[in-house]
Amino acid sequence: MTYVEYKQLNFFQRFAFNFKKFFKNLPGALGRFFKAIGLAIVHFFVGIGKGFKFYGSTFVKGDWATKLSYVIFGFGCFHKKKYYKGILYFLVECLYVLFLVFFGAEQLYWLPTLGTIEQHTEIVDGFPVTVQGQKSMQILLYATLTIVVTLVVFVIYISNIKDAYKHQLMKENGEKPTSLRQDARDFLDGKYHVTLLSFPILMISIFNILPLIFMILIAFTNYNGTTHINLFDWVGLQNFGNLLNVIDSAKKAQTFFGIAGWTLIWAIAATFSNYILGMIVALMINKKGIKLKGLFRTMFVITIAVPQFVSLLLMSQLLAEDGAFNMVLAFFNGGVNPHVNFLGGDALTARLTVIIVNCWVGIPYTILSMSGILMNIPEDLYESARIDGASPFKTFTKITLPYMIFVTTPQLITTFVGNINNFNVIFLLTGGAPANPDYFNAGYTDILVTWLYNLSMGSGLQDYGLASAIGILVFIICATLSLIIYNNSKSMKDEEAFS
Amino acid sequence: MIKSYKFRRHLSNTLIYLILGIMCLIWIMPFAYLVLHSLRLDGGVIDNGALLPKQLTFQHYIDLFAGNAPSGAGAATLYFPRWFLNTFVVACFSCVISTLSVLAVSYAFSRLRFGIRKRLMNIAMILGMFPGFMTMIAMYYLLKIMKLDGTLVALVLCYSCGAGLGFQISKGFFDTIPRALDEAATIDGATKNQIFWKIILPMSKPIVVYTVLTSFIGPWTDFILAKIIMGDDTTNYTVAIGLQKMISAEFRSTYFQQFMAGSVVVAVPITLLFLKMQKYYVEGVTAGGVKG
Repeated sequence: MTYVEYKQLNFFQRFAFNFKKFFKNLPGALGRFFKAIGLAIVHFFVGIGKGFKFYGSTFVKGDWATKLSYVIFGFGCFHKKKYYKGILYFLVECLYVLFLVFFGAEQLYWLPTLGTIEQHTEIVDGFPVTVQGQKSMQILLYATLTIVVTLVVFVIYISNIKDAYKHQLMKENGEKPTSLRQDARDFLDGKYHVTLLSFPILMISIFNILPLIFMILIAFTNYNGTTHINLFDWVGLQNFGNLLNVIDSAKKAQTFFGIAGWTLIWAIAATFSNYILGMIVALMINKKGIKLKGLFRTMFVITIAVPQFVSLLLMSQLLAEDGAFNMVLAFFNGGVNPHVNFLGGDALTARLTVIIVNCWVGIPYTILSMSGILMNIPEDLYESARIDGASPFKTFTKITLPYMIFVTTPQLITTFVGNINNFNVIFLLTGGAPANPDYFNAGYTDILVTWLYNLSMGSGLQDYGLASAIGILVFIICATLSLIIYNNSKSMKDEEAFS
Repeated sequence: MIKSYKFRRHLSNTLIYLILGIMCLIWIMPFAYLVLHSLRLDGGVIDNGALLPKQLTFQHYIDLFAGNAPSGAGAATLYFPRWFLNTFVVACFSCVISTLSVLAVSYAFSRLRFGIRKRLMNIAMILGMFPGFMTMIAMYYLLKIMKLDGTLVALVLCYSCGAGLGFQISKGFFDTIPRALDEAATIDGATKNQIFWKIILPMSKPIVVYTVLTSFIGPWTDFILAKIIMGDDTTNYTVAIGLQKMISAEFRSTYFQQFMAGSVVVAVPITLLFLKMQKYYVEGVTAGGVKG
């Protein structure tokens, strides 16, 4: 189809065309995605190969001091009179060895079994003494820490070899090693990125990456709050099997598919209701001839500005059985309070209420972003359409709507992914209620992430392994969605950009 | 013909005013209810079926800040002033740390060129795709092992440590500042450090203010992380989880009005700060656009 032909289609035909194109492109996009992953893996191994080559060839070419620094950190630097660096490297080695001897080695030893000693009593000198059992969780966490530290030390080790070889070459060329002062100055100029990034990266490694690795590992264990509180074991992919295998592990799998279905419905309903209603209101506010635009906009922005937990808690109170909404209903009900339980009674009511309240929370965001876009549509487009005799409805469907949809598609996708992870609205409004007896520790309005919360931090049956497995699945869903659509929308942009 | 066109336009405009008016009412009403009922004289959850309070009083605000337990409260009492102070302290510390790390990371990614830059940015993107509280739970164990769980230090660490990952907006701003400035400064003998502090930062006031405000507001509005870390001990609560505690089944009947008052007390300053932040955000984005 050529560009001209495309322009002649009406809105619905275009939508159908784009819809078809999206799904036709989907295999290609998936293919590109996996190809990129494959390439990344290949690059990774090529990099490792190069590393080995460097490791070997440097050993062959190095003088005796460089060779010795393969065993003793910093010896090469020290020998070439770069004292402070040599001492630092050596200190790192000493500290690491101490760390391993007194702490790390034991953790690594217990890692394959995750501990076997339960709490028991021993007879010492004729008296019974309670011996504390091992805690698998602690072992796993410490072992992860040991592995991360080892990786860091390995990087330092390699840079020690590189430095030793560099200084050897410098000596052969008759150059002098740089002084401490010069190096320090370099950290404020040429190597400024190291100075800037080292603190944030350290913090992110400790408080984001380490916990993340730990939780990913937990997904392969049977750690739960009922039968494996202190000691647990590796179980391989059992948790994923429990989630996906409908036949054998009926309850967990049933819960997973039930909740995944509702999560999908919720994400679609929440995203599109906000999008469409928000667009309509934004159009109304920005219509020509409407005064007090600023006032209306401010009214809606204020509701964004109020902290979300305040507005959600307030809403949950207004919707409670003895709340204000029921009082308003009583007014229409001839003074009798109907005591409708919006959030905890009937599954359908609760679900609808959650979606409607989410509109109340989310529409102002859409209005805010849409208003900016609407003001950016070139006025002359409308002008020429009017001169050609187009009706207001025609200008809307032919100019405003296509423009808006084109500009806001990426935003729509981010909102969609955001809604899959929309913890606050569900948790603060219903907390998953009404409870579903057929589900494994979940209710009718629970979405995947709130179920994850129930399983790991909430009350009731806790199953940390299962929770981590859910987290990984959610990550896979969200990451693939964003990557595929990100690739696709970029290609879409190139093909038919509005100019 | 002309007349009917005008008439139709008037009609549709009136209709739109009507709809917008009603919608504004729907959106503002709950907050109006919140404010009015925080001033309501008689206690309890509902006021004998009346939507509008009959008598107004500031007593609940006074009680809230004096830490007075409302009449009929049991032995377990809640102490709002402490929560307010907690949140303020946490917000100040995490604001300083996260602003510094966000600015450092975004400057490094935007203006400096080094080998692993692209790779680090990709890692940051992937880390951002994991559901937030997968890490929160492990973070809780980590803090527990460090013996920090339930303390304010833990909160500061949690709020500010991941902050470096949110570099996109300020990086976008730094990207728009012409590189010719850096080059000119380098020729004059300035180091990268001096360029950052003396040239780029003074030019980036809107985005610096935006970053400061977002990281200050964060602890006031965050709910879930604080809840996970603080557990059941109410002394170190922040306002968000404290207010939720007030309407939990245990306290709801006695603390409901203090909850309303507390919500107003938290919402008003945060709303003002947010509006200010929005202004700086728009300023930062548009100013950046013009320069680029």
